Amino acid sequence: MEKKPGSPVRLFSTYARSSTRRVRLMDGIAGKGTMAAGLLIVALLVLLLNEMFRLSLPAICHFGIGFFTSSDWDPQGERFGVLPFLYGTLVSSAIALVIAIPFGIGTALFLTELAPQRLRGAVAFVVDMLAAIPSVVYGLWGVFVLAPLMQSHVGPFLEKTLGFLPLFRGPFYGGVSMLTAGLILAVMVVPFIVAIAREVLLTVPVDLKAASYALGATQWETIWKVVLPYSRVGIGGGVVLALGRALGETMAVTMVIGNQPRINASILQPGYSMAAVLANEFNEASSKLYLSVLVEVGLTLFLVTFLINIAARVLLWRMRSVHPH
Amino acid sequence: MTDQSKISAQDLSIFYGANRAVKNVSMEIRENRVTALIGPSGCGKSTFLRALNRMNDIIPSVRAEGRVFLDGQDIYAPRVDVIDVRRRVGMVFQKSNPFPKSIFENVAYGLRINGVRSRKVIEQQVEKSLRGAALWDEVKDRLQTSALAMSGGQQQRLCIARALAIEPEVLLMDEPASALDPIATQKIEELIHDLKRDYTIVIVTHNMQQAARVSDFTGFFLMGELIEVDETGTIFTKPTRKQTEDYITGRFG
Ligand SMILES: Nc1ncnc2c1ncn2[C@@H]1O[C@H](COP(=O)(O)OP(=O)(O)O)[C@@H](O)[C@H]1O
Ligand SMILES: [Mg+2]
Repeated sequence: MEKKPGSPVRLFSTYARSSTRRVRLMDGIAGKGTMAAGLLIVALLVLLLNEMFRLSLPAICHFGIGFFTSSDWDPQGERFGVLPFLYGTLVSSAIALVIAIPFGIGTALFLTELAPQRLRGAVAFVVDMLAAIPSVVYGLWGVFVLAPLMQSHVGPFLEKTLGFLPLFRGPFYGGVSMLTAGLILAVMVVPFIVAIAREVLLTVPVDLKAASYALGATQWETIWKVVLPYSRVGIGGGVVLALGRALGETMAVTMVIGNQPRINASILQPGYSMAAVLANEFNEASSKLYLSVLVEVGLTLFLVTFLINIAARVLLWRMRSVHPH
Repeated sequence: MTDQSKISAQDLSIFYGANRAVKNVSMEIRENRVTALIGPSGCGKSTFLRALNRMNDIIPSVRAEGRVFLDGQDIYAPRVDVIDVRRRVGMVFQKSNPFPKSIFENVAYGLRINGVRSRKVIEQQVEKSLRGAALWDEVKDRLQTSALAMSGGQQQRLCIARALAIEPEVLLMDEPASALDPIATQKIEELIHDLKRDYTIVIVTHNMQQAARVSDFTGFFLMGELIEVDETGTIFTKPTRKQTEDYITGRFG
């Protein structure tokens, strides 16, 4: 910078300008870097999909649409239908959500609205820890604790009280069942729902709760009519995350679902899931077709997860645009 | 002064933890009159106001000492139903806080939670309350639209309508016009004037002209104490206490 005699020394503007230039440079690098990372992820996804599609092509050509409509699974006879696995994955995840949603939201409400201040941190910590437990540990717990309990108490009880519904009928197979898998999954996804619901519930404006109380509402009415409606879209996001986790969970489900490729009306009887059949049978896939079929099962799992996520997101987005909260 | 006392605070102190925000305040609130509370910010006006319908209860760590009588009944007595107190003593907040629901549902809220089921009764009461809050003509054709799409002044009048819907006896207003433009403020002031026929009103305001315009009685708070309370004309023309005069004449605060 040229300095005329007598003019003040412009230390600041000199510095500021060079700093601006530096910031711009950094912004440029950061921008390009993050974009590259993003693109790389997308590229990996496309590559993966492409590869899975290529590997499952023999199976797709061989079975066509029949793959999705057949519930016959007989590797020796080379008859493959994905239906029992599709059914098992969806039903076990649905059971998990039916149980985990009320528990998760209830826990989150307890942590944000009801629990004494001192207790909140401790309980939240414990719940977060649940998410950190490896799924094989859940599986072991399922095999040694939950399954025997299902066999001796829960199953018979459900059959006795609700047995008029085909959903709750025996015979029991050592306590491994669709319901057992759903229960384990529920425990595994509750922390996700709690963590997200808690964040969302904390954003409910104190003003709105005060308005409700000032009109003579009780705490429960305020929660039910103000807090939850305000949070439902955000909590819905947490449920979607939990669902994604449940659909793909492999280890724990494999250990307790019973691994029988049949569609049983009763959730007290064994089933099988897509993730579980992949884990169990990949090593044994002797023929090229068998292997190709398993890859197609994987592809199906991927697509189901993907589609459900999209559908859920569209639903949430619709809810948000109708009512901002 | 022959007016009936509606609310009577006696030796009321309110603590936030160890901080005493309201100090031994005794004050009569007269029926069907507007009582204004003035004083520099942080002097305990809002805290005192919230004590009159036990809204301080929802803030953890708050403790009240002393008594507040509503029609002669101590609202801090052990077996008093807080819900009932709040139904009888409604509240309008400083920042308008409509629910993210339709205009109709905002006004109907208090009715629904208080057990009114009849669609017809709810509709009638919503209309009556909106008329009462001088809002009906502006919104009657869009009752099902979101309350959040209204102007600030309309939102505040909606909050007044929402409070009126459950037919309270007393209406507490905490700086209800502080976030509004002069025209919206004027509407609220006119509304207060109309409402005092049916309600007892306590209004906190930092605007002394407003207090002079809308109120019959004015209480001056300073650092948690009620320095002086009298007819508004008296407070603004010949206050007894030096601190009041200093505040009125703008020498501090
Ligand atoms: N929620 C709260 N928690 C703790 N202290 C508070 C709270 N609200 C108000 N106070 C304290 O109480 C005193 C009076 O506040 P407030 O009643 O809001 O005064 P004003 O309405 O006259 O401005 C202030 O010292 C303030 O810091
Ligand atoms: Mg205040």
